[in-house]
Amino acid sequence: MADLSTNFLGIKSPNPFWLASAPPTDKAYNVERAFEAGWGGVVWKTLGEAGPPVVNVNGPRYGAIWGPDRRLLGLNNIELITDRDLEINLREITEVKKRWPDRAMIVSIMVPCEESSWKSILPRVEDTGADGIELNFGCPHGMSERGMGAAVGQVPEYIQMVAEWCKHYSKMPVIVKLTPNITDIRYPARAAKAGGADAVSLINTISSIVSVDLDNFAPVPTIDGKGSHGGYCGPAVKPIALNMVAEIARDPETRGLPISGIGGVQTWRDAAEFIALGCGTVQVCTAAMTYGFKIVQEMAQGLSDWMDEKGYETIADFQGRAVPNVTDWQYLNLNYITKAKIDQDLCIKCGRCHIACEDTSHQAITSMVDGVRHFEVMDDECVGCNLCVNVCPVDDCITMVQMTEGSDPRTGRPIDHDYANWTTHPNNPMAKQAAE
Amino acid sequence: MTESETSDVRANRLSGAEYADNFSDIHPPLTPHEALVEADRCYFCYDAPCMTACPTSIDIPMFIRKIQAANPVGSAKTIFEQNIMGGMCARVCPTETLCEEVCVRETAEGKPVKIGLLQRYATDTFMEREQPHPFSRAAPTGKKIAVIGAGPAGLSCAHRLATKGHDVTVYEAREKAGGLNEYGIASYKTTNDFAQDEVEFILQVGGITIENGKALGRDVALEQLTADFDAVFLGLGLPGVNALGLEGENASGVIDAVDFIGVLRQAEDLSQIEIGRRIVVIGGGMTAIDAAMQSKLLGAEDVTVAYRRGQEHMNASLYEQELAQTHGIAIRHWLMPDSLNVSNGAVTAITLERTALDAGGKLVGTGEKVTIEADQVFKAIGQTPDAGPLAGSVELEKGRIRVDDQRRTSHSKIWAGGDCVAGGEDLTVVSVEDGKIAAESIHKALMA
Repeated sequence: MADLSTNFLGIKSPNPFWLASAPPTDKAYNVERAFEAGWGGVVWKTLGEAGPPVVNVNGPRYGAIWGPDRRLLGLNNIELITDRDLEINLREITEVKKRWPDRAMIVSIMVPCEESSWKSILPRVEDTGADGIELNFGCPHGMSERGMGAAVGQVPEYIQMVAEWCKHYSKMPVIVKLTPNITDIRYPARAAKAGGADAVSLINTISSIVSVDLDNFAPVPTIDGKGSHGGYCGPAVKPIALNMVAEIARDPETRGLPISGIGGVQTWRDAAEFIALGCGTVQVCTAAMTYGFKIVQEMAQGLSDWMDEKGYETIADFQGRAVPNVTDWQYLNLNYITKAKIDQDLCIKCGRCHIACEDTSHQAITSMVDGVRHFEVMDDECVGCNLCVNVCPVDDCITMVQMTEGSDPRTGRPIDHDYANWTTHPNNPMAKQAAE
Repeated sequence: MTESETSDVRANRLSGAEYADNFSDIHPPLTPHEALVEADRCYFCYDAPCMTACPTSIDIPMFIRKIQAANPVGSAKTIFEQNIMGGMCARVCPTETLCEEVCVRETAEGKPVKIGLLQRYATDTFMEREQPHPFSRAAPTGKKIAVIGAGPAGLSCAHRLATKGHDVTVYEAREKAGGLNEYGIASYKTTNDFAQDEVEFILQVGGITIENGKALGRDVALEQLTADFDAVFLGLGLPGVNALGLEGENASGVIDAVDFIGVLRQAEDLSQIEIGRRIVVIGGGMTAIDAAMQSKLLGAEDVTVAYRRGQEHMNASLYEQELAQTHGIAIRHWLMPDSLNVSNGAVTAITLERTALDAGGKLVGTGEKVTIEADQVFKAIGQTPDAGPLAGSVELEKGRIRVDDQRRTSHSKIWAGGDCVAGGEDLTVVSVEDGKIAAESIHKALMA
């Protein structure tokens, strides 16, 4: 049986599955239920300054995108940081950590971008016995208008500054949570590192309008006829999160910086992908908010079973294994030739590959041969784009097969076994300049 | 008297609740959510096999996509464009041998997209929302067409002609329009007077007058119609029923299945319909299954369908056969009627002879006989055309009207379609297509 235990910045947890800072971690009641269900750790829902807490809207806070069977694919929220009193939160954090010493207890914090604010809250959090803090620089709605959350996360200098304060006024490990609502994720990550942060976590939610109510002509969720942009999360955002994680993992300036991966983790496989791109833990929110806490049991068991099958004994055995294989487009091997191949025994003759190729790509798949509906790839037209594979409803019916000998019937050029990329390609004006 | 000589035929075999339950919709319609989930199973195939298999060429992938896109009303319009009786066809089409048989999901996993139920969802939604009629009429052409028979072929033809701007008069022998939709389909397939709702829907287009109680040959003459109208369409159906040709066929309890189904459909109170305790249905088509099923649902205890050939030769679809069997109906093959046992003027049993195919493939009796006790024997061995009213105006082929691919008869002003023409399957959907094709051909001829 694989060992799922993790040690992230010295914070130990029995498995890499943490609940992200969000409604599921807003109070002791939920967090205790989560630990009972098997979650390895939690990031307590973001605390604000002492005094009267923020208030939430009293209408709908969420909007969603669904598949046809109401499978929730994307969730959007306009909820703010905790709207409970700071003292109550601190007391509950202390009690829960005491009762669950083997679980990771991270506290998310968002206070105004002033040194005094951070200086005053940090010791209070440290007194709870929490294992670490996460700086919420990501929340894209409500708090950013007040100069917090994403408003800080979008300015690398602020990130560095606040990270420095946190390291100065606290002995706890500092995780900086990054907003994806930025052009290049590497800049805030570099700033976090420069400020002395121990890790980054990403992604926070993406600014979004999840849909428009066509009867009222207002964004959803609609509060008294009006709507506001929210933060988008759930399975739909995973590809964006994976890319941003990879960008940080392979950036020479931040390589090795511990990462806690967030964004659309629904199953063990999603978690394994984040870990393969370098993450030490993953954080989950939408999946729990959709199905409840029990899903962690599938995640832990699934990850363990897969690791056993692959012979990985610990998380570290495969952590980051995909990072070296993430590269820039210009370094992809242009001599690697593939052709789509349709397995006629598996083909159910829906014709989707044909029409996708015919209407929108390279006219490389037949629809009729000798008067009979028949779908076959014409190698002399196929550019190997993979669209047919993606639209085919049958698993493994269409596969991409590498050509290893002869010549490419499309270009007439012999297969070249040497690696060659765009940087040296004769059509690349930059390559020409370099050669001259 | 022994028990077998006692005829037990009576009404009120069941409680009111049982009648209501037995004759409710056999396939409950999909809920909106079920429809969305089922619609999502459609792959929106290119050159879709289902569309080719549909006799009326409904754009099935498109109507299903419109359901996916939460536009069931638009979906229904797509259906009606090709088949104005899309609502009834959704209920009675043997989809398992048409669109659903060739669905790629059938190929892939043996579970086709439920095209029939989706079609019903779209068309029912359209009717329930009381949408304006989806077709408007072209400018009046001044042409008049007579349609004989307000069944699926006649109404389909009349509707298409009306949209072209022609005026149509439909002569119907019966009291109600609808043909077999009204009189010949099992009650549980079309509940809540749907057939009449559909007739009303079709007539909404305007320009169609139905004259009920006017039979060809009795009240109107074909020769006169061809003189009075610019064109005539014959959708006569098959008014006759094959006889067993046995002694005692006029005994009480020996009944035409088609009549039985018609009486059931028109019944105000099902509990008043007399049904035997033991029923034998002779035949192997949809009518035989419909009669057997409804006998059982009226409270008959033992229902047997006896067919003279094998299971593979039955005209009733496999699905219909299984439906009957799961309702406790015995389907027995290779049995042909030999004689009727009649006592006191009422049938008490039927004796059947076992059959086999001889070396030449001809059906022959083996001499071995089986007697099945029966309080009622339903005859469902095929319906027959009646050429009498045609008075020799058009050429026939095996008793039915000969037509070309545009449904033109040998008479230049007469078209024909539906069950009364030679060739093709006797299905509602085929009749609708015949009417449609004939209407296009008539329009072309009249406007040339």
